[in-house]
Amino acid sequence: MLEIKNLYVRIKDKEIIKGVDLTIKAGELHALMGRNGSGKSTLAHVITGKDGYEIEGDILFNGESILDKTPEERALDGIFMSFQYPVVIPGVNNMYFLKAALNARRKNKGEAELDAMDFLTLIKAKIKQVEMDESYLSRAVNDGFSGGEKKRNEILQLLTLEPIFAILDETDSGLDIDAMKVIANGINEYRNGDRAILAITHYQRLLDYMKPDMVHVMIDGQIVKTGDIELVYELEAKGYSWLEN
Amino acid sequence: MSEVIEKAIEQDYKYGFVTDVEQDTLPPGLNEDVIRTISAIKKEPEFMLKWRLKSYRQWLKMGEPTWAKVDYNEIDYQAISYYSAPKKNELKSLDEVDPEILETYKKLGIPLEEQKMLAGVAVDAVFDSVSVATTFKKELEKHGVIFCPFSEAVQNHPELIKKYLGSVVPHTDNYFAALNSAVFTDGSFVYIPKGVRCPMELSTYFRINAANTGQFERTLIIADEGSYVSYLEGCTAPKRDENQLHAAVVELIAHKDATIKYSTVQNWYPGDPKTGKGGIYNFVTKRGTCLEENSKISWTQVETGSAITWKYPSCILKGDNSVGEFYSVALTNNFQQADTGTKMVHIGKNTKSTIISKGISAGKGRQTYRGGVKIMKNADNARNYSQCDSMLIGDQCKAYTFPYIDVRNSSAQMEHEASTSSIGEDQIYYCNQRGISTEDAISLIVNGFCKEVFKELPMEFAVEAQKLMEVSLEGSVG
Repeated sequence: MLEIKNLYVRIKDKEIIKGVDLTIKAGELHALMGRNGSGKSTLAHVITGKDGYEIEGDILFNGESILDKTPEERALDGIFMSFQYPVVIPGVNNMYFLKAALNARRKNKGEAELDAMDFLTLIKAKIKQVEMDESYLSRAVNDGFSGGEKKRNEILQLLTLEPIFAILDETDSGLDIDAMKVIANGINEYRNGDRAILAITHYQRLLDYMKPDMVHVMIDGQIVKTGDIELVYELEAKGYSWLEN
Repeated sequence: MSEVIEKAIEQDYKYGFVTDVEQDTLPPGLNEDVIRTISAIKKEPEFMLKWRLKSYRQWLKMGEPTWAKVDYNEIDYQAISYYSAPKKNELKSLDEVDPEILETYKKLGIPLEEQKMLAGVAVDAVFDSVSVATTFKKELEKHGVIFCPFSEAVQNHPELIKKYLGSVVPHTDNYFAALNSAVFTDGSFVYIPKGVRCPMELSTYFRINAANTGQFERTLIIADEGSYVSYLEGCTAPKRDENQLHAAVVELIAHKDATIKYSTVQNWYPGDPKTGKGGIYNFVTKRGTCLEENSKISWTQVETGSAITWKYPSCILKGDNSVGEFYSVALTNNFQQADTGTKMVHIGKNTKSTIISKGISAGKGRQTYRGGVKIMKNADNARNYSQCDSMLIGDQCKAYTFPYIDVRNSSAQMEHEASTSSIGEDQIYYCNQRGISTEDAISLIVNGFCKEVFKELPMEFAVEAQKLMEVSLEGSVG
């Protein structure tokens, strides 16, 4: 589904990603771990098309290069990112925002846009899955939300928009144990054989719930080690330094 | 230009001069003879001419206000033509209107015929300086409502004009109001009799057409005891190069238990988006008096057009328990400048005012909120709530807020809230990542920012206002 080929990324003169190759197939969940500043979030931003990077190499989505596409084109293609720091949009109703996003996607797929009533029925079912109160729908997007509420709201968007490929950028950071469980359940709800996930995380706990197919460790802009869930336990015990040369 | 006018100008007119000119456009320039000619063309009674001349002499003694935070080249008042009209006037139905004029309206999206059919909106269309079509008049007459061109009211209801004209905005009020009082050509007049709820929204579309013609509208709305009226005003203007001065005066008078709701959507030509050249100077004086107890005046404005806006729709809360409201969205994009806000003067007891102002600046736009809340000595238990929010789009625009508060009665309750926000790249990226295009994202955010004001607009205007914001913000972000 996603193929990253010999990727180099620079911001201004600083090289952040230094030759990454990664292939993620439909149905798979890949975990990406590594210290702060190792290039994980940059990789996520480059996949979603955020502005401001110099890029060499290629990223293919379903066999097609997406590097020339805008962020919204990639989103409409089915790439989703749960933001590490979800953005606050004052004045814009959360439900209205979700409806605009879903209808943009439906329109792009040639499907009929949902009207307010149909959308309400849909969203009421989805919000139960992330155990959020319905009152969050009528509040402004992420405005005054706690850290955990923002992350739940990201997962609510994931479940509503049903993308093909989801990047979870530290979605588990700052969550208490109960919230972590809710988020993990939401993500597992989303998973199926046609969809894939790249989960960026620092912690073993979320991965315990989600059982990744592969675990990658990124150090200084390169993937230095790839393994299975055992690698997570090893990192938990030993830290990252043993992987540095 | 018609020879008749040329000849008329050359002569030294006597006081009270009357003529039957078939006018079109007066040559540029302003002096007492021009004022006499305008008055003569309009076949005005003598009191009107006297008032105009008094205003003109006052104007000569005054200077242009300089306190507003706007910059523009000096206006040459002698280079402006003070009267222009379509050749045919006094039409009885739309069929008599010049098809070309109707066509222009259609291009502007103001199809009169459709307007007529649309749910209960009477349209008094002002094309340049003379009203050419008045609709729904009969229905209004049935309720005793007077809704007519100002010049017609001068002919048919001189007693009302004498009583109310200048009673809220005196001819001495300010430079532009004095000028307007001297040279105003037409506008709307509304009188709602006692106990009548106006059966439809009243709507007037103003437009500036002929080149180099300053437009000086005069609007007077009187709501008698226990009456209600909602008046809508919408404006568009075609592209042009010269700056055009528009100095209108609007006066509202609400008697006991009466309510006046005045809504404006203003979208005049803002000037060339790349150079700032051209565009309308919108120097307007709008004020309402809540004359007696339990009266209410509510201003709602959506200002997206004009090169320069200088406008402070205000309320004088004289009557006890009277209410003043001001809801405003102002947008300055590219090279537009706006200095706008309101003044609430609390005189009566238990008077209440609300100010919600939303300013949006984009491009190199510059915007100032200027508000004054004054609680007079005898205004016991007065209350004011003010909220001024500014939104910045991009890093080259500017926003200023000047809230003045003057409280002379210790029982007053004052609340003031203000905020400044910006549409950041991170918000756009977040929306993009959810599949929402940049333009849709901006309109989503801006409309979210403005919704408290938009909900005060009549339904059809609210939709128009949202579209207007989208169009006005095109290309404002990367």
